[in-house]
Amino acid sequence: MNVLTVENISKSFRGLKAVSNASFEIPEGTINALIGPNGAGKTTIFNIIAGIFPPDSGSISFGGRPVHGLRPHEICAAGIGRTFQIVKPFAGLTVLENVMVGGFLRESTTEGARAVAMQVLERLQLAPKRDLPASALTLPDRKRLEVARALATRPTLLLLDEVMAGLRPTECDQMVEVFRGLNREGLTILLIEHVMRAVMALARYVGVLHHGEVIARGTPQEIVRNPAVLESYLGEDTEL
Amino acid sequence: MSRAQASLAVLGAALVAFPFIAGNYALSVATLILYFAYTGQAWNVMMGFAGQLSLGHALYVGVGAYAAAGLFYHYGLGPWAGLWLAILLCVAMGLIVGFLAFRFGISGVYFALLTIAFAEFTRIGFDHLDWLGGPGGLFLKVAQRDTWDLANFRGPPLMYYYAMLALCFLALLLCSRLLGSKAGYYWQAIREDEEAAQALGINTFRWKMLAVAISSAMTAVSGVFFAFYYNNLFPEQIFHISRSIEIILGPIIGGIGTLFGPILGAALLTLLSDGITDGLAALGWEIPGIKQVFYGVVLLAVIMFLPNGVWPYIAKRLKL
Repeated sequence: MNVLTVENISKSFRGLKAVSNASFEIPEGTINALIGPNGAGKTTIFNIIAGIFPPDSGSISFGGRPVHGLRPHEICAAGIGRTFQIVKPFAGLTVLENVMVGGFLRESTTEGARAVAMQVLERLQLAPKRDLPASALTLPDRKRLEVARALATRPTLLLLDEVMAGLRPTECDQMVEVFRGLNREGLTILLIEHVMRAVMALARYVGVLHHGEVIARGTPQEIVRNPAVLESYLGEDTEL
Repeated sequence: MSRAQASLAVLGAALVAFPFIAGNYALSVATLILYFAYTGQAWNVMMGFAGQLSLGHALYVGVGAYAAAGLFYHYGLGPWAGLWLAILLCVAMGLIVGFLAFRFGISGVYFALLTIAFAEFTRIGFDHLDWLGGPGGLFLKVAQRDTWDLANFRGPPLMYYYAMLALCFLALLLCSRLLGSKAGYYWQAIREDEEAAQALGINTFRWKMLAVAISSAMTAVSGVFFAFYYNNLFPEQIFHISRSIEIILGPIIGGIGTLFGPILGAALLTLLSDGITDGLAALGWEIPGIKQVFYGVVLLAVIMFLPNGVWPYIAKRLKL
């Protein structure tokens, strides 16, 4: 059963094709990665799924219902959570308050939202920092905060936009563990990632984008042996 | 009871007891402070909580004032009826401004300009509305100073003082409730980063409209008070942009987005500016415009030294 089905979506900006005829499916309960060189259209696809802008053509269905053209808050309410590549903390609020904002989507009381937020913060090891202003966090913690906020909306599908970038290898491994745990509990994940270490460790399926087109799809093992992928992105001598 | 609650209880008791020790002049200054504290609190819901800068809040004061005054002047209806008309009209105006701005993605400085424009249109409109006195003004019969006529809100200065005190208290209660609820969290999220707020499932259009509705409804009540306290209304004065600026100086100086900033800011500004004007007058110097110069200096000083306002600084010092 596919949670998300993307069919033939295209998007141009002032005549420049950012995404062209991209199609893929995300099976329920899996971790999937979208990789590709800079400017390949990864973030554009994310933004289309998240409702930032509609696709020029093509369709997206989530849980069996069409969601292309919905606005970002409707997408989130439907059950797709997302993080931003360039983190967007609510700087004037504390860490706990940041996550509570997400918690209010499915909890109408302050106590309820706080309980959800605390759960998520524990999970991401941010609980000791809950009373700090978000502006005081380091970049790795801000990345965690992005994830925490999205998780507090209780998504069924989580879109992660380069959450590993800038993390040290040990921090990266910690995040991998967090996502594995969430996935075991049933969360479906789609990540855009440059850090191949994380992709190889996490993803069951990988799609490769190049110039806005999906040039390869398969398991990580298949992808790293695919000649087209090696040429366009990973390079002949990639060590994994 | 926490330290903050205890301090608030003491302050409240002092304000209730204040008229018994104060003379008429002190009472009128205190009423003015409370008026600005309340109106600043109303503005703060929109700007401080939800991050939508209105530079045209005189619009709601004016429309609220004229609505209630018009009903009283023409039909003898007291402000308890006028209040509802005032709120209805002001919320409608607020929602029109909000709809135009938020629906078409007008934000920041452009939103502020739109709010000024609406206040100005309305001022010009009222200049041509002879039914409400036009540019010559609308005058209510001055109150009997010795009897309390609550039904028509006519009475001694003491009555106006207590009315304003009650309004301040209710506004503080309402704002504190709002800030701690889903609405408060959502507004602050929108203020900090609207795109991130949307990604967390917040329908930012709807929540911003709610902030405008609450803020304009609260400000409408200021207008009704204004009409029955001062008894004369001129479009050139009540809708003037300097009135809008006066409303927002208190919260800016006291601390935007805080609960006590608008109250503290109103007290500081009114006391200091009246103090300076009176002090200079006592020395025999009448300097026109000194109040405006003073506002400018205080604003500069606060922006330079306490950019978050005076209240956050004091709250930290007092560990409240």
